Amino acid sequence: MKLREVLEIIDGKVITKNADLDQEVHMGCGADLMSDVLAFTHEGTLLMSGLTNPQVVRTADLAGVKAIVFVRGKIPPPETIALAEEKGIPLLASKYTMFETCGRIYQAGLPSCGLFELTLRRWEEAFDDDRAGD
Amino acid sequence: MGRKAREVTKLQELAYELRVEQAMTRDVITVSPSTTMAEFREVLRANRISGTPVVDEGRMVGIISIENLIKALAAGELNVTVGERMNPEPVTLYADEPLVHAVSKFTRLKFGRFPVINRQGDLVGIITQGDIARAMLKRLEVDYHEEEIHRYRASHIFEDIVADETVIVLRYRVVAGDVAHAGEAASGLKKSLSRLGVHPRFIRRVAVATYEAEMNVAIFTEGGEITAEVRADRITITVRDTGPGIPDIEQAMQPGFSTAPAWVREMGFGAGMGLPNIRACADEMKLESTVGVGTNLEVVIYFTEHTEGV
Repeated sequence: MKLREVLEIIDGKVITKNADLDQEVHMGCGADLMSDVLAFTHEGTLLMSGLTNPQVVRTADLAGVKAIVFVRGKIPPPETIALAEEKGIPLLASKYTMFETCGRIYQAGLPSCGLFELTLRRWEEAFDDDRAGD
Repeated sequence: MGRKAREVTKLQELAYELRVEQAMTRDVITVSPSTTMAEFREVLRANRISGTPVVDEGRMVGIISIENLIKALAAGELNVTVGERMNPEPVTLYADEPLVHAVSKFTRLKFGRFPVINRQGDLVGIITQGDIARAMLKRLEVDYHEEEIHRYRASHIFEDIVADETVIVLRYRVVAGDVAHAGEAASGLKKSLSRLGVHPRFIRRVAVATYEAEMNVAIFTEGGEITAEVRADRITITVRDTGPGIPDIEQAMQPGFSTAPAWVREMGFGAGMGLPNIRACADEMKLESTVGVGTNLEVVIYFTEHTEGV
């Protein structure tokens, strides 16, 4: 899905200068925990977040996140925008909640990043009794 | 214990990246409902295909395949029409769906082909498993080529330097409490590895592990140093700080365990996933700590697929 389409789906605004809206994102992830973003996302992810500090951009850059959508009408501070422009990561803004922003984009066909593998084993241990031992 | 493949393989990644329309065949050979099975056989033979959509006055009304033909042959029904033997409710794919949907439909339904329609319902193509394989190979070839160009700059250093062992040592300082700049070491290391021609898949793991460690040093310690030793086949990242040390390492390794203060949590860190995440990225990980002295973390990541020694 192109960023241009994402923008349309969420009635969003572009925050960074010179953002290339023809870039493609391949999957989406909504998170306010940066460690989850680091553990969870793959190259080409679109990140939805309610956090606007520069560490979000730093995290995105290191985790291979393609673009960030700030939800709940939040506008990031100038230092976040500056870092994003330096790293070439487009920032978008959505006035909708995290739930609705993600919901709209998912409904339009952008898949999720899959299951959170870091906690999956504990999940299986907790809930999956007849799991064959590997 | 066996290890679940944590990495999304390149092919899975491509299946997300490519859309059905990038893999499908656009010039669809079709038959009409009034075509006889004998004529249909000729269409298959002449075009070397094994099935076609059935189209009536521009609308797709069904799909017919070689299996239908075989049944008709066995029953001696070569004069019945395609309209009587076709599947009138074909399973379709949308042109703008990710290719991964097509892959899962092929696996689930075991059909040989799916007609592809646009969101208005018009037939725009047809896709087989062969089409998917071809599209992926083509894309891999493009990626490979781009990577070749990209690798040029410093990537020959390991071949050009003559020594029994070549090690490039990169050192970064992490200042206590300076979270505004935490991440610059990981960022610099990421860029350097890319210039050294390391595959992006491994760079991502190095970047994530280093960033988590760097945040830990900036948040919890009195400062420290990150040293990366890069060899042709692997990187060893050593993170040292000068205290206060971790009292209970086993507890610190538990996903969700955290001693982070509120201001750290407000930044989106301190959820107790840092060390578990480092371990998930590492092929080898060693964590030693002495309270009052400091912590020493060593992470090894191989630049080839490597079985994790847990």
